[in-house]
Amino acid sequence: MEGTNDPPAMKGTELTSVNSDCYSAPMTTGVIAPGSLTKRLLRRAVRVFDVAATPYGVDRYVELVRPSWSSTEIRAKVIGAVRTTERSVTLTLRPNGNWRGFRAGQYTQLGVEIDGVRHTRCYSMTNSANAHDGTIELCVTAQPQGRVSGHLVRTAKRGQIMTLTPAQGFFTLPDIEPAHLLLISGGSGITPVLSMLRTRNALGWTKPVTFLHYALSESDLLFGDELDALAQGALGVRVLKVFTDAPGTGDLDGFFSTEQLDSADIQWRNAEAFVCGPAPLMDSVRSAFDRSSRAEHCHTEAFTLSHFTAEAGTIDGAVRFAGSEIGCSSDGTPLLLQAEAAGLRPLNGCRMGICHTCTRQLHSGVVRDVVTGELTNGPDVNIRICVSVPVGDVEVDL
Amino acid sequence: MTTVAEAHGLTPAQLDALAQEFDALRARVRSELGEVDVAYIRRLMRIQRWSEVVGRASLFLGFLPPFWLTGVGALSLSKILDNMEIGHNILHGQYDWTNDPALSSTEFEWDSSCPAKGWQHYHNYLHHTFTNITGKDRDLGYSVIRISDTTAWSPINLGNPLYAVGLAAIFDHGIMLHDVDVAQVREGTKPWEEAKPALRAGLKKSGKLAFRDYIMWPAFTGPLFLLTLAANALANLIRNIWAFIIIFCGHFPSGVLEFTEAECENESKGHWYFRQVLGSGNISGGRLFHIMSGNLSYQIEHHLYPDIPARRYQEIAPEVKEICERYGIPYNTGRLSRQFGSVIFKILRFALPSRKKSKANQAPPTQPDAEPIELLAA
Repeated sequence: MEGTNDPPAMKGTELTSVNSDCYSAPMTTGVIAPGSLTKRLLRRAVRVFDVAATPYGVDRYVELVRPSWSSTEIRAKVIGAVRTTERSVTLTLRPNGNWRGFRAGQYTQLGVEIDGVRHTRCYSMTNSANAHDGTIELCVTAQPQGRVSGHLVRTAKRGQIMTLTPAQGFFTLPDIEPAHLLLISGGSGITPVLSMLRTRNALGWTKPVTFLHYALSESDLLFGDELDALAQGALGVRVLKVFTDAPGTGDLDGFFSTEQLDSADIQWRNAEAFVCGPAPLMDSVRSAFDRSSRAEHCHTEAFTLSHFTAEAGTIDGAVRFAGSEIGCSSDGTPLLLQAEAAGLRPLNGCRMGICHTCTRQLHSGVVRDVVTGELTNGPDVNIRICVSVPVGDVEVDL
Repeated sequence: MTTVAEAHGLTPAQLDALAQEFDALRARVRSELGEVDVAYIRRLMRIQRWSEVVGRASLFLGFLPPFWLTGVGALSLSKILDNMEIGHNILHGQYDWTNDPALSSTEFEWDSSCPAKGWQHYHNYLHHTFTNITGKDRDLGYSVIRISDTTAWSPINLGNPLYAVGLAAIFDHGIMLHDVDVAQVREGTKPWEEAKPALRAGLKKSGKLAFRDYIMWPAFTGPLFLLTLAANALANLIRNIWAFIIIFCGHFPSGVLEFTEAECENESKGHWYFRQVLGSGNISGGRLFHIMSGNLSYQIEHHLYPDIPARRYQEIAPEVKEICERYGIPYNTGRLSRQFGSVIFKILRFALPSRKKSKANQAPPTQPDAEPIELLAA
């Protein structure tokens, strides 16, 4: 799933441990153990050799013989790429020693190079967070105009090296087993909740869990066999599939409604719910929980696509300077000018797009180059702020 | 007073048309950038790193002349590639479009005494914006060499040849001190307080490199300490002299022009392009030569498009030349011996007072001391 860098904080956290990043979280819900003593000593030795290898650092030399090695970057090798449907590919990746594991429901930013340019997109891990086999699994579904998802579905194969970021996200399986778990997903939103179900089983939890999944039809269903196996292989698991384009073929019919949820699981009003899918589905589920005064027990994973076709002319939007935590409403001028109007003093030089002194990272959103008219789309791309005008909402690291 | 543009018969309208053509060329090249460019720079970085590994390893047998020479040669190659084709180009932002942190102009650090950030300030910004504007482009003579008669003569200029040789020998330190603005501090135009941070950063960087080259690696080779130290020093010297030669051929060969501040005030994009062409000189040569010079042998193309990957300059040069011809703009290029020969001549010539009276009382000259404009000299 194409995800966002900053998911909303979880509501109702009595049953979950609040963590601002996965490093500080108590790693109870299954995490691959950090490196052994040898590995830690090796990392320390590396820092000494960094002096001998100044100014590049040891990384750039070891890379010559082992591309996946890095003392700081998380790199992963693709060890499996299986295409179960026409529009999706399930990747199995082996990250290097810098990967610190994840909590079920979290995502990583996968970096892949397309025609020389590195693009990053968010994907949720689908495997059990408790598996200690040193691999992670991601499922990529090609979005209609998705450059990265399309590329991966078409060309991903064993042996390729990609980059990852540490696991992120607050949408995670609680540490303490809830009395009743409700997992709802639609389409490619199945990925984080599937990890939750797999982890729940691996942990040996036994309290009831209902997994309700929406797909267009059987042929679009991801992980169908896995879901059946998970239902059979453990206590208390109930899996229900709904095919919205093919009535009569699934366990239930039609789109989400409170009545449908009643037939799926009559105890849902006592459950802790985790929902991930298209916006309409998540909105409907949230409304149902709101109406039953159970709003804080409904947790959702929001994701947005930052790519859209911009029309010519100024488009209104909010500009956010992440580093300074200042925001303003875009006035259509280049970001450098808007930053200066907001009282910031970004480093700059020629102010005409040539010297690259003002290069900063675009965290999210779209900008237009005033010289060439070219549109550049985040996340995490370099832009020259003196010639970049925001198109819609943007966030820059200033 | 005739401006350079007027002297070449170019009206503002023509300069606008020129801007459109050069802009279009840039947009086309920009859209073609892709995997082949990234693969190229990565291959070069691999070659550079392997050279360094081979060089350092060879010196462990440095008591045998062939190994010592291999050490010097491989290390020189590694430093030259790092400084020129790799470092200079990455720091220009030529590969920022890849979003690869290893190729990012904000992350990259190079094997030269001048810290990357400091160099970027005075090079990417000051030099490339104010190219060849008398009084604003500090690269004209690097503040120690009198390179044209737009600078008034004084007895200290008699040392020109000496300063040139000295600068060449310690060129990477020279660049570091150039960033610190040592000359300006001496003159009194820049307060010492302002220059201190740059000097501190520069000394820290050059200190680290000196420690690596003159203490750490020699120490690793044990009894061969002095031999290794000598080899590293020689490699640095070779890199410095080579860089000096190439860089001085960029803006000082005969035929390259200077501009006044007045004629460049509020200049149009077209005039900016025009100034970049006339303020630069190319060197002709084979493919290997171009790589070893970091494609600064295509100084004109580099100044037109500083942030386009340098490997593209060779393919667009014929088109740039053709555009220049149509607008009657001289395109300065020549063999290394010719270009550098004319630079040496200038260094010697301007060590002495100019034959013409100082222009202080008249309108500033439009070009340094009436050199004939040479079109495509061989």
